[in-house]
Parts: sequence; structure tokens; C-alpha cells
Amino acid sequence: MMLKTCLLLLSVTFCGLPALAQDTAPLHLPAAAMTAEGARHALDRLTFGPRPQEIQAVQNIGVDRWLALQLNPNAIPEPPALTQALAALPNTKRSDADLYRQEAQLRRDKSDDGKEERKEFNRAVIQDVMTAHFDRALMSDRQLQELLTNFWFNHFNVFLNKGFDHIWVGNYENEAIRPYVLGNFRTLLEATARHPAMLFYLDNWQNSAPGSPQGRHDAKGKEDGLNENYARELMELHTLGVDGGYTQKDVTELARILTGWGLRTRPERRSFFGDMRKPDFTFAYDPSRHDYGDKQFLGFTIKGEREGWKEVEEALSILATHPSTARHLSFQLAQYFVADQPPQALVDRMAQTWMKTRGDMPSVLRTMFESPEFWAPEATGKKYKTPFEYVVSALRAGNVTPADPQPLFGQLRQLGQPIYGIETPDGYKQVESAWLNPDSMARRLSFATALGAGRIGKDTVSIDEASVRSTLGTALSPQTEKALASADPRLRTALLLGSPDFMYR
Amino acid sequence: MNRRHFLMTAGAALTLPFGRSGWVLRAAEPAHGKRLVVIFLRGAVDGMSVVVPYGDDAYYDLRRSIALKPPGRDNGVLDLDRHFGLHPALAPLMPHWQAGTLAFVHACGSPDPTRSHFDAQLYMENGTPGRGATSEGWLNRLLGALPGPHSAAQAVSFGPQMPRILTGPQPVANIALGNAAEKPLAIDRPAVADAFAQLYGGDDKMSRTFQQGMEARKQMAADMEDDHEQMVANNGAPLPQGFPDDAARLARMMRQDPAIRVAFLGLGGWDTHVNQGAAEGQLANRLKPLGEGLSKLVTGLGPAYQDTLIVVMSEFGRTAHENGNGGTDHGHGNVMWLLGGSVVGGKVHGTWPGLSQDRLYQQRDLAVTTDFRAVLGPAVIRHLNLPDGTAASLFPGALNVIQGGGAPVLIRA
Repeated sequence: MMLKTCLLLLSVTFCGLPALAQDTAPLHLPAAAMTAEGARHALDRLTFGPRPQEIQAVQNIGVDRWLALQLNPNAIPEPPALTQALAALPNTKRSDADLYRQEAQLRRDKSDDGKEERKEFNRAVIQDVMTAHFDRALMSDRQLQELLTNFWFNHFNVFLNKGFDHIWVGNYENEAIRPYVLGNFRTLLEATARHPAMLFYLDNWQNSAPGSPQGRHDAKGKEDGLNENYARELMELHTLGVDGGYTQKDVTELARILTGWGLRTRPERRSFFGDMRKPDFTFAYDPSRHDYGDKQFLGFTIKGEREGWKEVEEALSILATHPSTARHLSFQLAQYFVADQPPQALVDRMAQTWMKTRGDMPSVLRTMFESPEFWAPEATGKKYKTPFEYVVSALRAGNVTPADPQPLFGQLRQLGQPIYGIETPDGYKQVESAWLNPDSMARRLSFATALGAGRIGKDTVSIDEASVRSTLGTALSPQTEKALASADPRLRTALLLGSPDFMYR
Repeated sequence: MNRRHFLMTAGAALTLPFGRSGWVLRAAEPAHGKRLVVIFLRGAVDGMSVVVPYGDDAYYDLRRSIALKPPGRDNGVLDLDRHFGLHPALAPLMPHWQAGTLAFVHACGSPDPTRSHFDAQLYMENGTPGRGATSEGWLNRLLGALPGPHSAAQAVSFGPQMPRILTGPQPVANIALGNAAEKPLAIDRPAVADAFAQLYGGDDKMSRTFQQGMEARKQMAADMEDDHEQMVANNGAPLPQGFPDDAARLARMMRQDPAIRVAFLGLGGWDTHVNQGAAEGQLANRLKPLGEGLSKLVTGLGPAYQDTLIVVMSEFGRTAHENGNGGTDHGHGNVMWLLGGSVVGGKVHGTWPGLSQDRLYQQRDLAVTTDFRAVLGPAVIRHLNLPDGTAASLFPGALNVIQGGGAPVLIRA
């Protein structure tokens, strides 16, 4: 309790401090990082895979400088090919409210033409946002930012096929995740908490104080009481972790705090308090559904507020800088970037940085990147690629940009990792045991065979063995060398892409 | 001939058409082995809407908008025993209830209090409630307890990820869900298979995984050929997507292939926090294909159903009272389902704790009166004719729970 009280005081004292100005300083990396092997490891772990000749290029710049630049993505110009590709995807630039309005309008039209139009609209939106997601991973030069966007989207997962979320997932990624992945965690946390995709996915838009007057008037009378879905996952998954020291009572109290924090479903209602930064918002706080009693949350008393949304702000601040959150998220980051079972000492140091900087994520990442554990030989080449990482890294290794990425989306579905396609809020697993299995192996090797022969769906692409080979560093495993030596030359690129050397990063 | 050699030469046998003889391992298996199928409903199905305690007055007080009506009313439950009724969307299962091969254990669940989906699933899959560190699943331990030789042919999991329940040292095949399972892949071409067999001919983890994948594909291909006549009868029409489709496929595979002893399939979408409905609605829409699929599985197994035990389980139940949004939140006790020729069926087993406020777990959830390990341990070993001591090795630390008595006898001798 003492500790928690101190934390709250700290948040009051230090919340105005700017982030430490270390954004562009080269990192202090161990000597092992500043070699060709170090450059390969950096590209394997901190990008979606090296492109041909890229290992040499990063070594020439210096891994420390390259990494400092990656931590400051706005200083990296995007390649024109990506800018052009994104410009051709108009639905990715529309606001959440704009997309909602069109969807809601089309839903009202019950004619056959109306239904057809809505189907086409949904198809176009989904195709655009998936393509944008894929193209950024494949082509962006802000690779660390893209990797982190994938990591944090997955951490704050929402699911394409729940209700309206298919029209919001892309906007969620672009407006609630990507801009904040290299900032303070508290900001990222609130951006997800306010986004309609999350409010809808974990049902908080319906969470109301029991007996509140507006709750009973709303659609179907189904907004008259607590819904603890978001409150629970906000602690279990997003912040403290399941062993983070909260109780069922804390879940219920947080659900009470979150009452009225939802969506502006009825624009005519004046009582809503909205996000004034966006004139056409869909996030809104509805005071008529809020529970105004005091709450006991994680040992703090949160006073019922006339402006109830301030209670949510307070709760998010408590969660973002809680020692359990620091430990939980440091572990998750280290598992993603270092090892399925990351070294405890490293996780502890990252958590210390988290507490010291109050959740400044670039500082936490620096602690990890500057650690000997990150560059240790026993950590190198030991992370089994997820299906998404596997497919994107194969295209990058072959320097292939598919004219139509659609067949690859189907491929990812078969491999078990469709884009925006995991139903549960814990997101996709990031460990080998989830992905290395007989069926996936047969499917990866079949994908490698098709791509090695220059086939993506019905399209033909150009790919060559030497390019792929150059991304695998200086030495292949004896197992792979031996299989290559006796292979049909037409299958050699497939074998490289299907080798253990390529499956791990 | 060792297995690796068999696989290398089997590469040549991949030339279509596949013959039954291509699946050599079949011959070594007993003709009528006992089998186990586990269906896991991920997301916590609302058991009180599956086997409905319509005879408990408190039920209607707790669930003012989502309660199912008593039997005999429009959209009422299908009566089971004058106290419990089955959700009407599960009507396809009633013949099995009447035939005495369908049973339920109500107020069943884990002793661990967690209301986290992910922890609760983990504990039900690794078989050690409260202990997350147990890395292998109890179905994998079961495979190890079955008579050898062990191969990936003896267990099949549906879906692209290996579930925790089957993770462990014993090999397991997995196959895709839906129609994708039956579509040929590049790796089925002999030249490609041979090239990768060179790369993955060893005894390391990846090589074993590769070899298991190739075995599973051969198995599928053989089953497809056996199934050719039926495909003609269907006039080439694809089967409907979803669980009924996969259940029918599983039944075909198990009927054709005695080597399969254990099968697993996970089904999501049960986390009904909002607007779950009653006789119709979101939950009903999920239950309908589940009932249809289970019925297809039973029918498709044919005579093999006599030797099969099908278990349907979920990580925990949902709150006894409905929440503010016509849904239910994470709860505790739930219902477990058992189907099979040797099941002591036509009965809702277990002890009903009641739904009055003082009987609820933490004043909010159906209490657990039967530990899931006390159901699964004895039922599985009795069904599979394994030595008594095996139950405790499937569920380490649960000896007292399993031998403590009080657990219902669910499998006929």
C-alpha cells in the first residue's frame, strides 16, 4: 500500500516531464553487435527480415546508428513505392466516424441493391486495410515501428469479425497504435481505451451503472448494468498480467469506474462528453450511465466524479505505472524480441527502466537492445518465425513485391495467422510451441516451393537463389548445405526458403 | 525397416492414386480400438443455457431476459429429467439421450478460482489446476500411456495451431479445418517431398515435425480415396463450412483408420458478454452447428461409435445472474458432456448445488461440486482399458480427487 501511494504521488509530480532527449543518440551496443553477424541478427529481430545486400548496408552504417534511427522513425523517409501503394487504398485514410456513418447508413437500406452495396463496401474496406497492413510490413523502411505496431496491435488485440470492428480495425491500427508505439505507454493505453474498435470488441460501450436512467432507455433495454469484460482484460492482458495482484473485487470496481465510457451511438443526445480533438467522434463518455459512487481500486480510493471520465484517466495512470505492469510488459517485449523464455535478469532491468521512466517505451527498448542478452550467441537464430513473419520475410529476402497480395492473405489463414483474424483478446502467441506443428510445416514448405518457383497465386514473380542466399549470412547449417548440394536446381530456392536457417530468426 | 526409412521410401508412394496399402501403419493396429474425442468450447460456454435447471426457481429470478422456458412452452427446453432441460438448438442430440448414450455432469469444473479464459483453459489442458508451468497436456500424457508403438497417426488435432492439451513428447498430427484440409499442396508432389525429405531426414525437432506432417497428409489422402464413392454421391458439392463439416470429416477419418485413438477439436465463440439470447440468438446460433456436428460425428462413426467416447468441455461457466447487457460474465461451475457407446447415459450426473444466493460460488456463480479431473480420469481410463494408476498420471497431484469417491460412474464396465 505504501508503494502504491508513492506511485500515485510520483505520477502527480512527474507527469509533466518531457521524455528524455536521447532519441537519436547512437546506442551503446556490445562489440558483438557491431559485426556482420550482429547486423544480420539486428535485421532478423528488429525488421521483418533482411533484404538482399541489406546486411552489408547496415554494417556499413553501423548497427548502433542504424538502430538509433529506427527508434526515431519520423526521420526515415518512406520509399515512394510504399507511399504510392498506400495512396491507392482510400479506405485506410477515413475516420472511424466516417466509416461508421457509411456502414450504418448502408445497414438501414434493406433492398437487394442496398445489401449488395454494403457487401461491396465491406469487402473494399477489409481489402484496403489488410493490404495496407501487409504493404507496410513488406516495404516500410521504418521497420522497427512496423514490428512494434504488430506487437502492440496483437497485445491490444481486436477482432475483424466482431460486429462493426471490420470497418474499424485499420483505423485502430493507424490512429490508436502506430503513432504511439515509440512513446509513453500511458498514451498508447488510453488511445486503445478510447478507440471504438476496442470499446466495441470488449463490450465496454454497453457498460452502465445498474438502474441508470439512460441505460434503461437504450436499445433493447440491454444497457442496464455492469459489463466487466473490458475491465478484466484491461488488467489481465493489457497491463498488470494475470498474476499482477488484483482480485475479482478490483475487476468489478474497475467496471464501475468505466461505466459510461463508450460510444456516441445517438448524436442527438446532448449529455455526451466527447473527444473534442475530433469534431466527428464516435468515442464518447455518457454521464447518464456512469456510477457516481466511490470505488476501491487496487488499494486506492477513487472518488466518484461529476466528470466521471476523470476516474478512468486516474485508473489508467495507476495501471500504466504499476510495478506489475512493468514486469508483465517487459516480459512480453523480451519474449517477442529476445527468447521464448527470456532471461529473468534482463526482464528485471527492463522493468526497472519502465518504473524509472514511468513507462517510456524507447527507454525500455534501449535497455533491451543494449543488453548482452539480446546479442548473445545462444539467443541468435532461435526465434521461430510466426506465419506472418515467415511469409513477409520470404518476400523481403527475394525482393518480391506482389502485384496482388490477396492470395497471401489466404495463405496466412491456412497457416493459422490471418490478418486481424484472432478472435480472442490475448492475440496470437509469439512462441515456437504455438507454430511449429506438422500441418503448418507442410504448408510452409508448399508456400516456399511455390514462391521459390516464382508463383504467388496466379501471378508470376522473379526470385533468385543468390538474393535469398545473401540474406542468410555467411554460413548455412550443414544440414541445409547438404540438402542443397544434391537438389534439383529448380528446387534450390524453395529449399533455402524452407530451411531451418530461414524458419528461425 | 525403421520409420525414417519407411518415410523416405514412402515419398515414392506419394504418386497418385493413393492406395489403402500406402498407409502401412494401419495393419499393425487392433481392428476395434477404443477411441477418445475431445471437443473444447473455448471462451466459456454458458452451461446453464445448455443443460437448463428449469426446475430451480432461482434460475428464473437470476435470468430475467435470457432464461429458457420450461418444456412444453413455445421454444421451451427439451425435457431431460423433470429438473433439467436441453437447449432446443441441441435437438439433434435428443435421440442419443433417449438411446442412453448421452450424459451430462452438471456443476462440474476446476477447483482453481481463476476467471481468466487463458489460465482456466491452460489448467484444463495441462491437467494441473493452479500450476501453469506444467508444459505438456493431459491428452499427450494419455498417448504415452497407450500401448505402443507410438506414431503421429494415433492422434489428430484439427486446426493450424497445436493446442496445449496435445503438446508434449508424443507425436501428434494436425490437419487443417474446413475444405483446405483436402486440397493438394505442393509438398504432395514426389519430387518436392523427396527434396525436403533430404533436408528433414534427421531426428531433430523440425525433422520429426516434417515427417509427422507427411504422414498426416498420406493419411488424409488415403481417407479421401476411400471416400471417393461418397464424394460422387454428393455430386461433387462441397460440404458446408464449419463444425458439422469438420465433424463429418473426423468421423470418416476415424472410421477408415483404426490407428487414430485420440482426436481433438477446439471451437471458439462462446464468450457471450452481450445479448446472448435465449432459445434464439447468439448462443443458440453457436449451439445449433455444435449439435448438428456432434450428431454427424455419431452417425458418421457408425459401428465405431460403440467404442468411442466423446467429451465436450469448456474452461468455466458463466455468472449465474445475467449482466446488464443481456449477457453473462465469467463464472465458475459448468456442465460437461459425454457421448459414446459405453457412456452411462440418459442421466444428468453430479450434485446440483442450487442457485440461491448462499449456494452460489462467491455469491455469483454456479458452484463446482465435481472436479473435472474426477470425471475425466476414471472415465478415460475405464473406457480405454488402462490400468487404474493411469488416471493419476494423467492428472498429477489429483490422486485424492480421483480416488476420493463421490464421483459418478460414467462408463459401463
